[in-house]
Amino acid sequence: MSILVDQNTRVIVQGLTGKTGTFHTEQALAYYGTKMVAGVHPKKGGETWEAGVEGLAELPIYASVAEAKERTGANASVIYVPPAGAAAAIEEAIDADMPLIVCITEGIPVLDMVRVKAKLETSTSRLIGPNCPGVLTPEECKIGIMPGSIFKKGSVGVVSRSGTLTYEAVFQTSNAGLGQTTAVGIGGDPVKGTEFIDVLEMFLADEATQSIIMIGEIGGSAEEEAAQFLADEKKKGRFKPTVGFIAGRTAPPGRTMGHAGAVISGGKGGAEDKIAAMEAAGVTVSPSPAKLGQTLLEVLGR
Amino acid sequence: MNIHEYQAKAVLKEFGAPVAAGVMITSPEEAKAAAGKLPGPLYVVKSQIHAGGRGKGRFKELGDDAKGGVRLAKSLEEVAANAAEMLGHTLVTKQTGPAGKVVNRLYIEDGADIARELYLSLLVDRGSGRVAFVVSTEGGMDIEAVAEETPEKILTLPIDPLAGVTEADGEKLAEALKLDGPAREEMPGLAKLLYEAFTGKDMSLLEVNPLIVMEDGHLRVLDAKVSFDNNALFRHPDIAELRDESEEDAKEIEASKYDLSYVALDGNIGCMVNGAGLAMATMDIIKLYGAEPANFLDVGGGASKEKVTAAFKIITADPNVKGILINIFGGIMRCDVIAEGVVAAVKEVGLKVPLVVRLEGTNVEIGKTIINESGLNVIAADDLDDAAQKIVAAVAAAA
Repeated sequence: MSILVDQNTRVIVQGLTGKTGTFHTEQALAYYGTKMVAGVHPKKGGETWEAGVEGLAELPIYASVAEAKERTGANASVIYVPPAGAAAAIEEAIDADMPLIVCITEGIPVLDMVRVKAKLETSTSRLIGPNCPGVLTPEECKIGIMPGSIFKKGSVGVVSRSGTLTYEAVFQTSNAGLGQTTAVGIGGDPVKGTEFIDVLEMFLADEATQSIIMIGEIGGSAEEEAAQFLADEKKKGRFKPTVGFIAGRTAPPGRTMGHAGAVISGGKGGAEDKIAAMEAAGVTVSPSPAKLGQTLLEVLGR
Repeated sequence: MNIHEYQAKAVLKEFGAPVAAGVMITSPEEAKAAAGKLPGPLYVVKSQIHAGGRGKGRFKELGDDAKGGVRLAKSLEEVAANAAEMLGHTLVTKQTGPAGKVVNRLYIEDGADIARELYLSLLVDRGSGRVAFVVSTEGGMDIEAVAEETPEKILTLPIDPLAGVTEADGEKLAEALKLDGPAREEMPGLAKLLYEAFTGKDMSLLEVNPLIVMEDGHLRVLDAKVSFDNNALFRHPDIAELRDESEEDAKEIEASKYDLSYVALDGNIGCMVNGAGLAMATMDIIKLYGAEPANFLDVGGGASKEKVTAAFKIITADPNVKGILINIFGGIMRCDVIAEGVVAAVKEVGLKVPLVVRLEGTNVEIGKTIINESGLNVIAADDLDDAAQKIVAAVAAAA
C-alpha cells in the first residue's frame, strides 16, 4: 500500500514542453514506467512530445487539462509552468476536477496562492505544493523531481517541507533497510494546498506505513498543529512511531531563509517551539539531519 | 523587499489613505525650504532607514543625551538644526544591531495632535491562507509585547478573497478599535483601501503603527511600514524602482544577481548547499558541533558551473570566513556539475582556508573523482555529520 499515488496513477504534465518538464517527464517514464499519459499546452494541442532518450514513449499534447483528462483518463496532473502562469495552471486543473494536482513551481506570488486556496476549498481536488519536490511511491509512481535511485520499497512514510531534506530521510531509511511507502514533499511556501496534518492522517490510515518521518522548518505553526493532531490521535489509540526534524534552529529572526515560508516573524515560528510541541506529542526529534534513519531504528527497537 | 516610510506613505496615498503632508530630503541645506512647504507650526523630522525602533534609537556619533531618530521641531530653524545633526550619522536601534545604519534620508512631516494611538496591520495569515487584518487599541507599542502580555487586546480578522472587505468587516474593526465619531465613519473605507493597496501591489506586510485618532476626531496613518512579495515584483515595475540598495548587505545584492539565495550571518564557517531546508540544517549542525555559520546559501536546484563559481567567490570574499563546507545532495543538481564549479572557482580565486566537501546523490562518483583528481587540498566527507565535524575541527586546528 501507499498514499496519494501508485501504479494506477495516470499523470498529465502542464508545462511538459519546457526544459524542466521534459527532463523530469523522461525521468518519471524511466522510473518503473510511471504512467505519464499526456502533456498540456494551450497552443500546441494536437502535437506530440518526444523524449530525448531512446526507448521512452511519445506523449500526445492537448490544448487543455479538461481535454487531456477526458481523452486519457488521467487522475493526476503535475505542473512545471513558470511562476507567473503557475497559479492559473492550478486553477485550470481544479476547474477540470483533477483529483490530484502536484505543483513543483517555486516563486509563485503568495496572493495568487491565496486565490487558489479559496478555490480549492470548494473543489474536490487535492493540491500538493507549490514549491515542492513532488510525491513518490517506490517502484510504482514518481511525480515531480525526486531522485528515484535513492528510494526502496518499504514501511516508512516521509513528509517534509524541504526537498533535499526529504532526500536525506529517504536515503537514510533506504540504507537502514526500512524503505518507504510514499514520500510527500508538501513544499516551502507559506500558503499551500496540503499541510502536514493531511498527510499524517493518510499515513496513519495506511496499513503498509509502520512508521513516519516528519521534517519541518522555521516559519508558521503547521508543525505545532501537526503535533497537536498526533497527540489527539494517540489518545484515540491511533499511533505510529514518528521521528522528526526541524531545520533552522540557528536562523536569525525576520530573515527569509530561501523558502518563502521559512521566516521567523513577530516572535513566532521559531524552531524550539516546534521541537517542544513535537516532543510533547511523542515524536522523537533528531538533533542532526544525518541521523534520521539511525534515530528511527532506535525508536523501533532495532 | 522593504521600502522607506516616505515611499510607503506615497504608495498608500495613491489609494487614498489619510497621510500627513511631508517632504523627503537628503541634505541639511534642503531642510528649511522643505519644511516651509508644510503648514506648520509643528514638524516631525524622521530618519529613513529600513529598521524599526527609530524613535528610541540613538546616534552613535552624538552624545548619550542627544535625541533619537524621530524628533519634533517647532520652527523651521529647529527643523534645520535637527536635520544637520541627524543626516550622515549612524542610528542604532534595537532592530539595526550594534553596527547601526547611516541615515541618508530624512522625512519632514507635518505634525499632528494625537488623541489616541492604535495598531493596524495587514499580512498573509498562514493558518487561514488569507489576507488578515491585525488590530489593537494598544498603538505605538511593540505589538509582539502586546501579543505576549495582553493577547485579548488583539483582533485578527481574515478576509475572504472572493468577497473582499465587507461592511461587516469594517464594523468589526471599528468595534475592536473602540472608535466613535468621524473615526468610526472612516474606518470601513480605510480598511477597504488598505486592503486594495495590499492586494493591488502584492504586499507581504503593511503595518500602520500607530494609526491615530487626531484631536479633531479623524483617522490618520502616522507611521507606515511596507514590505513586498519579491516573487510578485515582476508585475510591479513601479515598486521595484523603490529598492534602496544602500540598505542591503553588499554580498546579498551580489548573490541576488546570480539568483542565489544568500543571507549573511556572524559566524566563521561559510556554507554552500543545495536546497533551503538542507542549507538551514547545515547551519544548525555546524552550531551543534560548536562553531557558527557565516552564511546561509542555497545554490538552488538547477545550478550551473557559473553559479557555483559565483557562490564560491561570495563566500570567500567574506573576511570572517575561516573554513568552508560544501554540502550537496544531488537530485536535479548533479554532483559532477558542482564539483566542476568548485574546482574552477578554486583555481580562479585560490583557497586560503580549509574546505570540506560532502557530495551525495546523482552522479556522486563522477563528482568525487573530479575533486580527487583536481589536486586541490579538499577534505572529503561521507555524510553531513562527518562533514560538519571535519570542518569544525579543521577551523579549530588552523586558528
